[in-house]
Amino acid sequence: MSGVEGESPRSFPDGRPEEEQPAWIRDFPTDIPDDDYVARREFTKFLVLTSGGFAAGQCWIGLKSLGEETGPLPPKEIAPLDEVPVGGVVEFRYPNDDVPCLLIRLAEDRLVAYAQQCTHLSCAVVPDLDQGLLRCPCHHGYFEVDEGRAVAGPPRRPLPRITLEVRDGTIHATGLERRTT
Amino acid sequence: MPPIKEFFVDPNRCIGCQACVHACSECDTHKGQSMIHLDYVDPGRSTQTAPTICMHCDSPTCADVCPADAIKRTDDGRVMTARKPRCIACSNCVLACPFGVPKMMTELDLMMKCDMCYDRSSTGRTPMCAAVCPSGALFYGTREEIERRRPNSRPVNQFQFGGQKITTLVKMMVPREATIDRIDATDAMHDRPPADLVLLNIFDDEISETERES
Repeated sequence: MSGVEGESPRSFPDGRPEEEQPAWIRDFPTDIPDDDYVARREFTKFLVLTSGGFAAGQCWIGLKSLGEETGPLPPKEIAPLDEVPVGGVVEFRYPNDDVPCLLIRLAEDRLVAYAQQCTHLSCAVVPDLDQGLLRCPCHHGYFEVDEGRAVAGPPRRPLPRITLEVRDGTIHATGLERRTT
Repeated sequence: MPPIKEFFVDPNRCIGCQACVHACSECDTHKGQSMIHLDYVDPGRSTQTAPTICMHCDSPTCADVCPADAIKRTDDGRVMTARKPRCIACSNCVLACPFGVPKMMTELDLMMKCDMCYDRSSTGRTPMCAAVCPSGALFYGTREEIERRRPNSRPVNQFQFGGQKITTLVKMMVPREATIDRIDATDAMHDRPPADLVLLNIFDDEISETERES
């Protein structure tokens, strides 16, 4: 401190010392150093409560994933095989109406289908078949169309793959395969 | 260690030039607002003016009444403007301060008050108002300096407002021969009433009874 007055003790309206003041006055001190002071007990409480919150959240996520249905998904009809030309793309929804998917016919005997949600932040990916890629316009993420693997940009995980089956000249979706690598 | 500087107010010496009012708004911690009050003591009868800056009480009434815990005091005893995230603009402090210092800035929803130019005085520089005061009504310096400049005065920092006793960081100059150890605000309230004051004796039972009889 340079050229300023020294410490100036706090006094209270009733004239009694700080120890005799009610708890609420001591809880809300007027002096800045007392106001900024964090007691060890308060800090420990904060640590225990926040880390307890995180732990409880993790348990909740774990329990939620245990309770998920894992049985086989019902097959769903997509389109007649004749109506999909080579290089053609059909949009459909599977397993329910919330999940948009893309069916792509890469060759006469090669069909692939992926969920359309980018694995970064769930924007809809757009096919760019000249390059052999699926492109996410939000953050320029790229997936190769053969296997649905991420090749560039922020997404790290491949697109969820829809397993397909051709029955009586009609393409059916039979399952959803979530992959991590 | 550099000499300890204190703030001394000598309202007798104020000439009402408004220099402090304008200098105050130039302070970096005042957001362009002037925090100083410059009042005519007895308008219509006298040209005497008196500046009011924050006296920086050791038990700040403004902070004691603040319901939002927004008014804080530094460790060297300066009471700061209310903290913007906490202040709820309730004006409790404005009503409670015995010296009438805090100002409610309605356009900012914030109570602002004199902080003795904390950016300046905390580094040993003179607050803006004391730096420009031409007559020395506002003086910032050491105890030795003020004693040399005002041999007929002495500083007092004890005040009495009714039942409330207040000790302040800022000192008020009183005549050296005065026998008081504290300045009692109610003393000034018992002056003779101005000649043009019309007294309605509504509280005087005797008069109202005689009036009723006649």
